[in-house]
Parts: sequence; structure tokens; C-alpha cells
Amino acid sequence: MKQPSMLMDRVMYALLVPAMFISLYLIFIWSPIEKQMGASQKIFYFHVGTAWVAFLAFFVVGYYCVLTLKKPTESRFINAGISAEIGVIFTTITLISGMIWGKSAWNTWWTWEPRLVTVLILLFIYIAYLFIRKMDGAWERIAKLSAVFGIIGCINVPIVFMAIRWWNTKLHPVVFGEGKNQSGGGVEPEMLLTLLFSLGTITLLYVFLMRKGIEIEKMRLTVKKAKSKVIEKLAS
Amino acid sequence: MKTLLADALTIAGKDLRNEWKSKQTIGMMIIFSSLVILIFSFAFDPTNNTVKAIIPGLIWVITIFAGLLGLNRSFIAENENDSLTGLKVAPIDPSSIFLGKVLTNLVLVTTVQIISIPMLFLLFDYRFHGQIIWFLLIVLIATIGFIVIGTFLAALAANAKNSEMLLPVLLLPLLSPLMIAAVQATRIVLEQEGIADAISWLQLMVGYDLLFFAACFFLFEFLMEGS
Repeated sequence: MKQPSMLMDRVMYALLVPAMFISLYLIFIWSPIEKQMGASQKIFYFHVGTAWVAFLAFFVVGYYCVLTLKKPTESRFINAGISAEIGVIFTTITLISGMIWGKSAWNTWWTWEPRLVTVLILLFIYIAYLFIRKMDGAWERIAKLSAVFGIIGCINVPIVFMAIRWWNTKLHPVVFGEGKNQSGGGVEPEMLLTLLFSLGTITLLYVFLMRKGIEIEKMRLTVKKAKSKVIEKLAS
Repeated sequence: MKTLLADALTIAGKDLRNEWKSKQTIGMMIIFSSLVILIFSFAFDPTNNTVKAIIPGLIWVITIFAGLLGLNRSFIAENENDSLTGLKVAPIDPSSIFLGKVLTNLVLVTTVQIISIPMLFLLFDYRFHGQIIWFLLIVLIATIGFIVIGTFLAALAANAKNSEMLLPVLLLPLLSPLMIAAVQATRIVLEQEGIADAISWLQLMVGYDLLFFAACFFLFEFLMEGS
């Protein structure tokens, strides 16, 4: 019964490792160095990738939260939790890489700019969500409570973005859009290819981590059930 | 719909009568908000003119801190004698519990504001140039949003053992867009005559209120389900 998922994991692993090395090669050697920002622009490839996965993970959490509210099952509950845990890691990476890039590009570690603050608040919502999951009690109850919070958090994120956008100026370069004054410049085809490749790689990494995390969590649950069974037998 | 409102009013009436007799929560909130103002006057020199710029922010910091105290109590107080179970099994819509608690908390926090905001203006010697009606409108709208989401999360956090610590962690990130809008709108209204510049913030707050009120209203029954 376990066989197909094991095979799938192996295939993904076999794809992921070379893809990582290729994307490293593309980022550091193959793609041209940006004229204004120099080598520090390379962080952009990781930054965009992790930021995308951070939001993707959040929407996966929201999706499973809605499903959990409809009909709570153990696997939906686990999926939402693992996605949130991975989301915390990727949001943190996004923030740190963004700060390093900001230091070299804008000469400041932090600015109160919509995307930055949205990611920061996203991180706090993720952590609050994980706090709810750590509450004591039956898992069905916690599944419902955390699902409710997940949905509310999901509604909140776009509003945060809008609010901060109105609040503050626009410092982020709009790379792909054709804004009136902020047509940022667009990207070289090599850069675009590198970016897309690293995006794909990081998304693959997310899916892989997600599968592994779910597997580990299920194993933990099995062990827990077996333990309580043994304890019951010993007690009786 | 009519019974929903009647039930909500009954619950709010019960809570408020209870509060009127003991005066514990409201007294604590008022004293706490006064102390926060006192601490602020040490932290930011009131005689300094630049401090006037942070008054709109202070209004909301006081409201949130004092409000958190009351919100924490609103569902934990029901845990004594297991009254929450009584509410759950009562033949009423769970949403009416939510509405009733929102009304109670709204009354409590507004009372605290009525005392603490004039006190803040007095102690910091603040004279505002705007029109008071717009100021009151903005304070009311933002407070409603704060109470709606706060009451909802208080009901959620009441399930945990460390609910006093959990509530701020849950509430503050969700509150951030409302607070940005509230502080900006309050600043505009206090410093300028008209409300024209604050209209977009007002719209954002009203949208936030309606959206979260609807979401909390419908999701509340999931919080009241089960044990």
C-alpha cells in the first residue's frame, strides 16, 4: 500500500537534487550580473521563489481549513498544519533575504512598504495559527478552532496589503508590470529563465517537504495510537 | 431574525447587569487605561510640541490594551460554574451569543473611551481643530471592528488554558489593517477641518467591519460546537 507514494517520493527526490544544482548554476554563473545592483541582485531569485511559496503555502492552509470545517478528517487537519509549518520557514527566509537585498539595493534594512509588512504580518498569523494547534484537547475540536482562525487569517491578508499600500509609498520595483512611473526596467531573457527555473525548483521543494512532513506526522500519529494501546493493555 | 436580536439583547443585558453589580471588569479597564496614559506621559514628554503628533496613535493603543482586558474576561467569566455550557445548550442560535457578547464588550469599551480619551486630551493639553462629530464617527466605526474580531477570537482563545496570553497573539496581527486605517483617519480628522481626506480610510474601515462581522457571525457556531 505504501509502495506508490514511496516511488513518488523517490522520483521527486531524484528530480529535486539536480534541479537545485542546476538552478544554483543558472543563478550564480550563467545569468548576467545586473548593471545597477551588481552581484547582490542574485538574491532576487531566491527571494521571489520563497515569497511565492510563502503565499502558496498560506493558500494551501486556507484551502484545507475550509475543507476541515466542511468535514474534519485527520489527513486534512495534518495537511493544513504541515503547510503552515513550511510556510513559517519560507516566510522567515523571505524576510531575511529581503532585508539583505534591501540593505544593498535601498541602503536600509527595513522599510514600511506594503509587501514587506504583509509578509511580516503573514508570519505572525502563521505563528498564531500554530499556537492554536498546540492547544490541549481533542483533535476534532482543535481542528475546528484552527480552521476557523485559518479562514479569518486568509481573509485578512489581502486587506493588510491594501491598507499598507494606501498607507505608504511604493519603493518596490515593479519588474514585470508597466506602471506609469515605475516601469522598473523589465528583465533580460536569461534572467527571466533563471527566475522561472528557480521558482519551479523552490515550488518542487515545497511539495517535497509537504509530502515528507505529512508522512512524518502520520507516523507520529500511528506511534501515538500504538503507545496508548500498549498502555491500555498493560493497565488492564 | 427578531428572536436572534431579542436573545442577543437578553445575553447582553445579563452581562451588563452582572457588570453593573460587580463593576470589576469596567473598573479595572478604566484604571488600567489611566495608568497607560500616565506611563505614556513619562515616556513622551507632554510639554513637548512634537508629542502632539502621536496622540492619534495613543488613543488606539489605550483602546486596544484596555479592550484586551475586557475581552479576555468576556468568555472566561462564563467558564465559572460552567455557564458557557448552559449558553450552548440553550434553545438559541449560537450567533445570538456572539451578538450579545459583542454588544456587551462594545458598551464596556465605549465607556472606557468616554473616560480615557478626554483624559488623554486633558493631560497632554491637546486642542483639536477638526469637528467632533467626525472624530466620534471614526472612533465608533473602528471600535466596532475591534470588538467584533476581538470577541470572536476571545471565544476561540477561551478554549485554551493560557487564553490571556493567546488572545493578543491572535488578535493583533488580524487587527493591523484596521489600526492603520483608524490611526490615519483619526489623525486627519483631528488636524483638519473636513473629512474629505479621510474618506478612503473610512471606507476601508467600514469594509473591514462588514466583512469580518459577516465572517465571524457565520463561523461562530463552529466555535460553540462540541464540548
